[in-house]
Amino acid sequence: MKTTASRIASLLLAAVLSTIIFSSCRTEPEVVPSSSVNVGDRQLGKYRGFYLLNEGNMGSNKCTLDYYDYEEGIYYRNIYAERNPSVVMELGDVGNDMAVYDGRLYIVVNCSHKVEVLDARTAVRIGQVDIPNCRFIKFVGDKAYVSSYVGPVEIGANSPKGAIYEFDLATLRVTRTCTVGYQPEQMAVVDGKIYVANSGGYNPADYDRTVSVVDIASMTQLTQIEVGINLYGVQLDSWGRMWVSSRGDYKGVESCLYLLEKQEGDDYYKPVGKYDTPVSAMAIDGSELYYLADAWSEITMAATHGYGILDLRTLQLTGANFITDGTEAAIKQPYGLAVNDDNGDIFVMDAKNYVSSGTLYCFDHYGVRKWSVTTGDIPRAITFVPR
Amino acid sequence: MSIVVLAAVVMPASMLADTAVEGADATPRHADDVMADTLSLGEVQVTAKRTKDVIPVQVLSGAELERLNSQTVADALRYFSGVQVKDYGGVGGIKTVNVRSMGTNHTGVVYDGVELGNAQNGQIDLGQFSLDNVEAISLYNGQKSEILQPARDFGTAATVYMRTRTPRFAEGETYHARFNMRFGSFDLINPSALIEIRLARTVSASLSAEWLNSSGKYKFRYRRVTPAGELAYDTTAVRQNGDINATRIELNLNGYINMGKWHFKAYNYNSERGVPGAIVNNVWRRGERIWDTNSFVQGSFQKMIGNFTTLANAKYAFYRTHYVNNDDKQVKIDNLYKQKEFYMSSANEYQIRPWWRVSASYDFQWNGLDADMYDFARPDRYSNFLSVATAIDYKRLKLQASGMYTWIHDRIEGRESPKDKSVFTPAVYAAFNPLRTKDFALRAFVKRSFRMPTFNDLYYADMGNSKLEPETVTQYNAGVLYDANRGNKFVSEIRAGVDVYYNKVKNKIVAYPKGQQFRWTMLNLGLVDIRGVDANAMVTLVPMRDLALTFRAQYTFQRAIDITDPSDNYYRDQIPYIPRHSGSAVFNGQWRRLGVNYSFIYVGERYNQQENIRYNYTQPWYTSDISFSYDLPIKAVKLRALLEINNLLSQDYDVILNYPMPKRNFRVTLTAEI
Repeated sequence: MKTTASRIASLLLAAVLSTIIFSSCRTEPEVVPSSSVNVGDRQLGKYRGFYLLNEGNMGSNKCTLDYYDYEEGIYYRNIYAERNPSVVMELGDVGNDMAVYDGRLYIVVNCSHKVEVLDARTAVRIGQVDIPNCRFIKFVGDKAYVSSYVGPVEIGANSPKGAIYEFDLATLRVTRTCTVGYQPEQMAVVDGKIYVANSGGYNPADYDRTVSVVDIASMTQLTQIEVGINLYGVQLDSWGRMWVSSRGDYKGVESCLYLLEKQEGDDYYKPVGKYDTPVSAMAIDGSELYYLADAWSEITMAATHGYGILDLRTLQLTGANFITDGTEAAIKQPYGLAVNDDNGDIFVMDAKNYVSSGTLYCFDHYGVRKWSVTTGDIPRAITFVPR
Repeated sequence: MSIVVLAAVVMPASMLADTAVEGADATPRHADDVMADTLSLGEVQVTAKRTKDVIPVQVLSGAELERLNSQTVADALRYFSGVQVKDYGGVGGIKTVNVRSMGTNHTGVVYDGVELGNAQNGQIDLGQFSLDNVEAISLYNGQKSEILQPARDFGTAATVYMRTRTPRFAEGETYHARFNMRFGSFDLINPSALIEIRLARTVSASLSAEWLNSSGKYKFRYRRVTPAGELAYDTTAVRQNGDINATRIELNLNGYINMGKWHFKAYNYNSERGVPGAIVNNVWRRGERIWDTNSFVQGSFQKMIGNFTTLANAKYAFYRTHYVNNDDKQVKIDNLYKQKEFYMSSANEYQIRPWWRVSASYDFQWNGLDADMYDFARPDRYSNFLSVATAIDYKRLKLQASGMYTWIHDRIEGRESPKDKSVFTPAVYAAFNPLRTKDFALRAFVKRSFRMPTFNDLYYADMGNSKLEPETVTQYNAGVLYDANRGNKFVSEIRAGVDVYYNKVKNKIVAYPKGQQFRWTMLNLGLVDIRGVDANAMVTLVPMRDLALTFRAQYTFQRAIDITDPSDNYYRDQIPYIPRHSGSAVFNGQWRRLGVNYSFIYVGERYNQQENIRYNYTQPWYTSDISFSYDLPIKAVKLRALLEINNLLSQDYDVILNYPMPKRNFRVTLTAEI
């Protein structure tokens, strides 16, 4: 008995020691490196390349930046930390919008409550502008305009209205703000005015239904145009028409697209048409408005995906699918949409299940897949870098 | 030995049945005898008959539990094999357990005989249960070895049993009192008191109360180096909004009747907590707060009539959660959730032969959830559980087989109710002693279990999916156990066991934090294939008089991979937050009045998302905790001082991504017991 006991005792000791020895230990935590893949699609047009912004799941701090170099034909994944190793906790949490303007790249990081400012060529950090719950960005002259869910606190208001924040591109300081509707999203700048779509998404019992019109000179809200519930996307086409998407209420009221025009003698744009198709993202290239017809139904608890084209000359939904080679069967959750206005390439960003790497699909103008590449988590937006 | 104590104190009637098996005592015994029996077993543990469980069990109890550098039940569970504790950090941070990668919702948590429920999200925050009044924690892989138990207990894939202290009076004693004062890092103040009164010869009462207050402030550090080895950043900050203020008050009445016993408990827990939230770029403080009021009353009654034993349980619980987000930068949230539960159970056991018993149980449970949210579904759930079981204890063989039928009906407001769900879940357990000595046993089990999607999974406004399928698990387990108690020899006690297992989880529902701890994104992860090894060993050496040295070690290997869909980019990858290797080692030395405890916990590398890629890699962590205790009896008063140092080497680590854990921290506990 004694021998059995001591044998087991020594076995036990050996097990403990080997566990400690063989178990892997910690290494110095390194800045995450980028990775790259040779795509081979070299383009010598008006763009040097494009940045792709990955949203990252909320709380994961995995907003990441990818870059496709048109000269090399190489796709670089997750470049921010490598280019900016000393930034604590990297790019941030939930990237929402991105734009290149005057040699700089501006990234709106929603849950990090900031606009990150980088050099557009090197992706090296220049600075940041703190704007709470910021959503989208536009530029006029030497100023940027950022929509934000958080406006100045108003006495007596149940929930705060959203605002447009103006910041100076030279000093990177907020200069003025203007209160708009509830939870403002995308914007368009026209005639010295900002048109911003108010969603009211925080209050599903009573969605906002308006587009706010903000006069840039006085930074005041001139009016709110009644359009439809839960507005989100705003785009201008080359005829000066404004396209505004509504996400519906995910139940009885379907997602749709509104056309706004400014008639002779009117001060502002107003709705003139409505298209009964769900629109979750849109991109305009010349006479074509591409859109993702991605809708969710609380009733069927299922998503439907579509890849539609609206002909801007005839103002008709063509009913055609802009993907023509059957690739859509592989796309799990179309999320971002972009178009290269130089060569007509269409980009569809697949967010999959929102918590794993996405895929970027590049289609030519005829909807035939050219290439695809793995991105970060929830690929959301693309912005092209001029030469 | 702890197992025996548990069995003896919780189930004296079962012990009586065991006695009957031996045929040593044929005459009916009086209630006082039962009580005396309990007493002697409580005090003189080692002399009790050793019953080997047919079901794998791990137990921490008594002095060993006290010295284990643990504030809460969740901290103590880290020392069990096969267990992963999700810890959001700090005193107030949520702590849940996941056994053998099957998921938190497959782990039942039983508090003094009745399961704790949370129909809203299915997760029991074990960080809310302090060890102050807990005497033993045991973890069964599957159900408990006794077949006299509520039907619902047959249904969980793994069960944590928490047992609070039961008064035990020596001859002539009429009361006990214990006062505890604990303070330490994070501005912790934690006084508690326990009073036990002998009301009559067979009736006792105990009142336990506790107050916990902490700022939850601790330093944490994030550091990165470049591939060249240069420092990229190194930042130390103080965790904010992790404060907690909580009270617990618990009243127990225990009584013994002729061939039986009864128990009544009233429980109230009140807390206000800050939710510290994820640390992300540019956000170091958040404004979420939660107020919890958890109250329940429960009663149990057990009586043996000849060969028949009946056990009745009833419970009513009311949980109120008030959640507020005060963050100026985010949407203002102010929601009140009210959960109610009514539960009753009748368990009945009949002994056909001295070696053969059968049981049948029926439980009914009602859950209701209400919230002041727009378009809230206000779900009600009616659950019926019916079980039959049999146990055979014949010479060297022990067998247990059970089957449980569950029928669940949900009713929701303003919408069509989902289809009723009914499931049959069987289990078979066997243990065999191949050698003449009872020290060595082989054991195996097969068990099927399922969990219903919770109210949040199904009906939560933003993310609920009423079409969710229930999640099922099939477990196969085989193992060996060597367990010898050799009295006062040099190697006085030795125990070692190894179990290998294979679990298959179908339709797995996985929750991901959605920034706010209280809210989740639901994912139907699909199919998970889990293969693992649990190894445990414990040895107590008595090299000389007054000196006892105990070593305890456990190691867990788990390969838990997602095999849902070959087209997923995480196909056959290890599921999130499950390390391949984890383990712990504990050394405990007691010399006269002085005690020393050293414990080491290792959790290997993990991935914080489904894809096993570098961007989702989470570093291993390992902490050393040490404690010293000193006992000082002054006449009838027993004084005790305990100093604990946790995370001795001040490792910076996250258990959950972006939820940093505290660096080195201290606790001092002073106890006076009469």
